[in-house]
Amino acid sequence: MSDLKPAEDPAQPFAVRDCALITIATGIQAQNLKEFREGLQKVPQGSIYHHFWGRLLRAQFDEPEFNNDFASWVFRGLHDRELAERLSMIIPNDFEALEELRHEVVEVVEQRLDESELAPWSMAGQPFFFLHAQTVVFDSGLRFAHPADMVSYLPSLSTGSIFYHFIDARRRTEGRRDDFSGWLKGFGEKYSDLSDRLCQVDPYFSSLKEIRKMVTEIFQLHFEERP
Amino acid sequence: MDPLLTEALKNFIEEYTAVTGRGIIQHLEQLAAPLKGAKVVHINSTREGGGVAEILQKLIPFKQALGIDARWEVITGSAPFYQCTKGFHNALQGMRVGIPDGLLREYEATNARSAEELRTLLEEADFVFIHDPQPAALLAHCPNRKGKWIWRCHIDVSHPYRSVWRYLEKWVAPYDASIFSLPEFTQTLPHPQYIIPPSIDPLSEKNRDLPEAEVESAWRQFNLDPELPMILQVSRYDRFKDPLGVVEAFNLASKRTPLQLVLAGGGASDDPEGEAVLSEVRQAVHGNPHIHVLLLPANAHRTINALQRAADIVLQKSIREGFGLTVAEAMWKGKPVVGGDTGGIRLQVIDHFTGFLVRTPEGAALRVRYLLHRRDILNEMGERARRFVWENYLVTRHLREYLTLMVGLLHGSEDRIEVGL
Repeated sequence: MSDLKPAEDPAQPFAVRDCALITIATGIQAQNLKEFREGLQKVPQGSIYHHFWGRLLRAQFDEPEFNNDFASWVFRGLHDRELAERLSMIIPNDFEALEELRHEVVEVVEQRLDESELAPWSMAGQPFFFLHAQTVVFDSGLRFAHPADMVSYLPSLSTGSIFYHFIDARRRTEGRRDDFSGWLKGFGEKYSDLSDRLCQVDPYFSSLKEIRKMVTEIFQLHFEERP
Repeated sequence: MDPLLTEALKNFIEEYTAVTGRGIIQHLEQLAAPLKGAKVVHINSTREGGGVAEILQKLIPFKQALGIDARWEVITGSAPFYQCTKGFHNALQGMRVGIPDGLLREYEATNARSAEELRTLLEEADFVFIHDPQPAALLAHCPNRKGKWIWRCHIDVSHPYRSVWRYLEKWVAPYDASIFSLPEFTQTLPHPQYIIPPSIDPLSEKNRDLPEAEVESAWRQFNLDPELPMILQVSRYDRFKDPLGVVEAFNLASKRTPLQLVLAGGGASDDPEGEAVLSEVRQAVHGNPHIHVLLLPANAHRTINALQRAADIVLQKSIREGFGLTVAEAMWKGKPVVGGDTGGIRLQVIDHFTGFLVRTPEGAALRVRYLLHRRDILNEMGERARRFVWENYLVTRHLREYLTLMVGLLHGSEDRIEVGL
């Protein structure tokens, strides 16, 4: 994985980045489960990523019924709750590479196709449009020399910054971890507890605002316990 | 820059900061930093009236305030030119009516003439945004263009009359990118197709806060009963907006829950179909004093604003819809929306959270009754609806996506683009 970068360097102040996303149509759509499987097999990897994670930066409600776009469409479009539940329990962080994640999604869909004679042909009330996105990352100008300095800023950090440092980081860093814990790790044992707590946050079940709240609370609690 | 203009742009930004918060404006400033000084030209065919002009009236000063050299130019033509582009509009939305060759030649001549007038500006621009089909042929007349050209299609072209689409396709295919409002609206084209949903302007006459007295005056102006809850649908008298279904829903709901209905639509004088629908609606109303069928002028923005604020629940019971920005307008005013389960309404009405999605008059009646009986839920939904629009459907989000697209286009097809790090 030569393109992976080390997590934030502790010798340097933590540089807060921000990001914005623009959605692009792939031109591939599905009207039924068979077409959905075919689409999954041929869309670019970025589309798989987008429907699991990129959606967090798109217009969406904070409390979605299912955790990825595939499951949401299978439920709303195909009215197949069983498959929606199975797809929703595919946890993207369990997979090292996006190809493995794609493979798992296709497997689950194929299993459903094998189970039901009707499923392959049931027409969706609304088609599924495979999308992908471009993400532009830029510097927010914010710098933190010490973890304690972050506490008061975290509640107002933009959701773009949370996405970049907490979600995108797991895709681009060597340790597949968020940037905050990656940076803290560099301070040695001093912040290992804080770092461990951050690593335990599972972002898959939360909106960016909820993740921000959780990260803020973890930082606050840590510095209350160890002022 | 002219100091007066600088001051005006500063005030402009401050006004939006008051609505959106400083964080969102700061985000835009940072995102726009790599585009400072870029020459950006937007072209459409009207400076007044219609959604495109409305959005450009705000996007242009916003971009200027962020340091982008943004301009807005308008192409104009003869009556046959507009006849032709009206034909495009109808055919792209599926009407099976061809366009005579003579009108197409006028379309091409108008674009050629406009290109001559705007050539220097267009060829030197870093980004040119061409809105809708009217100016789409300009690109073919600018062979020495140096910037990126983007076709912004505000129309649903998912099911066009093919022969007309084939004609237009040859003008739009050479663009560097196109923008559609929803993935459902796209056509296959040989360049990236970005998806940017429309937005509302929180400071426009249609959406800005109104004094309480002005909202109250709407009750008197239209002879509404202040003792009764009011449900409202704002839309043209068009079968796809299902005004008859709304009347039916009202009749069902009002059997046990006292309420009144306001249907507020625009004039239908130039639309024979609209007149027929309006006449059917009036028949269906049967002189019921609790149903108010209003025919408002096109510029009655403050009146619509006041009615939306006065309503308890807003309906948009369309059976087919493009994006349906009246939904976001109502939600911005803290109203839950009972909307048809179609098109862009699905992106705005999150079922059971910001309103309800329905498919039948019975469904609409049920949800209206439920909300009127559960004021606590009505209020919660209204608050969530307003927050949802604040986060997703204001002009600042629209601008953010334009800026992201421009930075993206400068960096090719990479998934992640890092600028200024």
